[in-house]
Amino acid sequence: MAPLLDVRGLKISIPTHGGLLNPVRGVDLSVDRGETLAIVGESGCGKSMTAQAILGLLPRNARLSAERVAFDGQSLIGLPIRQWRKIRGRRIAMIFQDPMTAFDPCYRMGDQMAEIVRWHRPASANPRAIADMLARVGISAPDERLGQYPHQLSGGLRQRMMIATALLCQPDLIIADEPTTALDVTIQAQILKLLADLQAETSVGLVLITHDLGVVAGIADRIAVMYGGEVVEAGAAEAILGAPRHPYTQGLLDCIPTPGETGRRAALGYIPGVVPRPLGELTACNFLERCARAEAVCRQRPVALSGLPDGRAVRCRLVADGRALAIHEPGREAQPA
Amino acid sequence: MSFVAVRDVERSYMLNPGSPFRKPAVLKALRGVALDIEEGEILGLVGESGCGKSTLARLLLGIEAPSEGEVTVGGRPISAFAPRERAKLIQPVFQDPYSSLNPRMTVSAAIAAPLEIQGMGTARSRAAAVERMMEGVGLPRYLAHAYPVQLSGGQRQRVAIARALIGEPKILVCDEPTSALDVSVQSQILNLLIELHREFRLTMVLISHNLAVVRHLADRVAVMYLGRVVEIGETDVIFNRPRHPYTRELLRAMLLPKKGKGLPELSLSAEFPSPVNPPPGCAFHPRCAFASAACKSQAPALAPIDGREIACHHPLME
Repeated sequence: MAPLLDVRGLKISIPTHGGLLNPVRGVDLSVDRGETLAIVGESGCGKSMTAQAILGLLPRNARLSAERVAFDGQSLIGLPIRQWRKIRGRRIAMIFQDPMTAFDPCYRMGDQMAEIVRWHRPASANPRAIADMLARVGISAPDERLGQYPHQLSGGLRQRMMIATALLCQPDLIIADEPTTALDVTIQAQILKLLADLQAETSVGLVLITHDLGVVAGIADRIAVMYGGEVVEAGAAEAILGAPRHPYTQGLLDCIPTPGETGRRAALGYIPGVVPRPLGELTACNFLERCARAEAVCRQRPVALSGLPDGRAVRCRLVADGRALAIHEPGREAQPA
Repeated sequence: MSFVAVRDVERSYMLNPGSPFRKPAVLKALRGVALDIEEGEILGLVGESGCGKSTLARLLLGIEAPSEGEVTVGGRPISAFAPRERAKLIQPVFQDPYSSLNPRMTVSAAIAAPLEIQGMGTARSRAAAVERMMEGVGLPRYLAHAYPVQLSGGQRQRVAIARALIGEPKILVCDEPTSALDVSVQSQILNLLIELHREFRLTMVLISHNLAVVRHLADRVAVMYLGRVVEIGETDVIFNRPRHPYTRELLRAMLLPKKGKGLPELSLSAEFPSPVNPPPGCAFHPRCAFASAACKSQAPALAPIDGREIACHHPLME
C-alpha cells in the first residue's frame, strides 16, 4: 500500500534581487499511518519550508517543483483552492510552534474552535463534543476554558487546545512544527506524551519538525536530518541516534551534553560556521565548509544519497566509499539498547 | 560570610495599580529566598517559568530592589553600591541576543561602551582591550565594524559576553544564555563560558530551563518553585539522587538524545499555580503525589538532609 504522505524530489526556489534562492533542494519523505517522522536540523535548513510546501502554504513568490507530493494517493501539486480546503485542516492538520499567535485574541476559545470544526466536521461542532475532546487531551474544567480568551490561558493549555482542535477534525496526518519549543520541560513531556498516546489510539500519521534531538529520541519512529535544503541522513530513529553516520548528524549529537557521559565542563563538540545561504545550484557537497572530514573529492560534485544495509540513506562520500564505519566514536555504540 | 548572600529576599509586584476597572492584586515573585554563592563558583538556577528565576537575577544585578530582605556582595548590600560601581562588579548576559544589542552600534563600539562609561583607559588602550576581548570570545577581527544585523545569533551572543566581561567583573549573571540558539552554536557558547570562567575566576549564576546545560556547567544547583528554593545542593548530589518530589519530576522530564523511544510518565497533576494566588502551605502540594494534610497547611522550611537542603515534609527515600 502506498504511504499516507509521499514526497519525492521536492524543490522550492525563491527569486530575489541577489539571485535564485533554493531553500529546499530535492527532498524525499514518506510517512505511514500511525508513524512518526521527525525532521531535524538547524534553523535555516528548510524544515519549515518543506512543511509549508506539503500544506500548500508557501509564500506567493516561491516556486515549487516536485516529482510527486501525494497524500493518500492523491497528488497535491497544483490543487485548486477549493480542493485544498477539503484537505487542509480536515485531513492534514497543522500544529504551530506558538499557540499564542495561532489563535485569534479577540474571540473566545470555544467560538473559534467551533468555527474550525463546523467548517470541516459539522457533526462534531457541538459544545459537548468539543468539551469531551478537551477532557481527552487532559484539560480540567473544559466548559470554563471554552468561555475564556487565549490570553487567559497558559502556553501549555493553549497548545493542548490547539491539539484538541486539530483532532476534532479527525485528520489522517498531523504536521507539528516545533510544537513544544516554547514550553517548559515538564509541559513538553506531557504534550509529547499526549501526542504519542493519541497516535496509538487513532493511528494518525505525525510529522514532527524540531531541532531538539531529545524530543526526537522520545517520540520518533523515523528521522530525516536536513541540512541546507537536503536530507543528509534518513532512517530508523534507533539506528540514527545509536550510530549516526553523516558527519552533520554526528556533530549535532556531539553538541549536546549528556548527563553521566559527558564529563563535567569537558569541551563539547561543535559544528564550526553557519548554515550557508541557499544561493544558486550546488557544485560540491553542501556540508563541505563545515565538515571536519572534507576531502578533495567532496569538492568535485554534489553528493547523492546512498543506501546502507540497515535501510537508512546517507548523503556522504565517506559512506558511499564504505569508510564511514570508522567515523563514530566507540562510546556511542556501546550503549545497551 | 559568603561572597554573594541573598538574605530572606522577597519581591512583590503590584498588578493593575490605579486602574479604575480592575482590582489591584499583588504578585509575589519571590517569597523568601535565602542562598549563598561562593567566590568562583557556578550556581545553576532551575525551575518552570513563573518560579522567580529571572526576578532573582534582576535583584542580583541590582536592576530592581527587593521588597524585603537584602542581597549583599562581599558583605555590602547591593543597594549601597553606586550604579557604576555595581556595573563594574556584576554583569549580565541575557537570553535574546537579538534584542540585547543596540542595532545602531557596531560590535567594537558595543564592546567598548562599558570601558567608556567607566572612563577607563585612553581611546587607544580601549581599542586594544576590545581587540583582545574579541579574540578571547572567538569573534574574527573583521567583524569589529559590523552591526548586529550582520551577525548570526551565536556571534551576537559572543558580543554580549565580550561586552559583559571587558570591565573584568567578578560576577556574571547569565539568564538563559543559550536558549535562543541552535544546538551547534549552544555548545560553542557553553565551551566559551567554561573557558572564561576558568580564566577570569568568575562567579557565575546560570539560569536555564535546559537541565543538561546546568548539569554540565554548575557546581551547585538551586531548584525553585513559585518564588522559593525547594532543593539546593551540589549538582551531582541533586542530579543523581533528587530528594524533593518536584526536582525528581523536573529531572524525569529531561529528554536525552539516546536511542530507545519512550517518554517519561510524569506524576505532576494540575497546572503550574498562579503566583498571584499561591496555594497555602507547601506551594507544590496540589501537584505532588505525596501530599498530606500537613502539606496543605504548613509550608516546609529548607532543612539539611543527605548532603543538600530541601523544603519538603515528605522527602523521597530510596
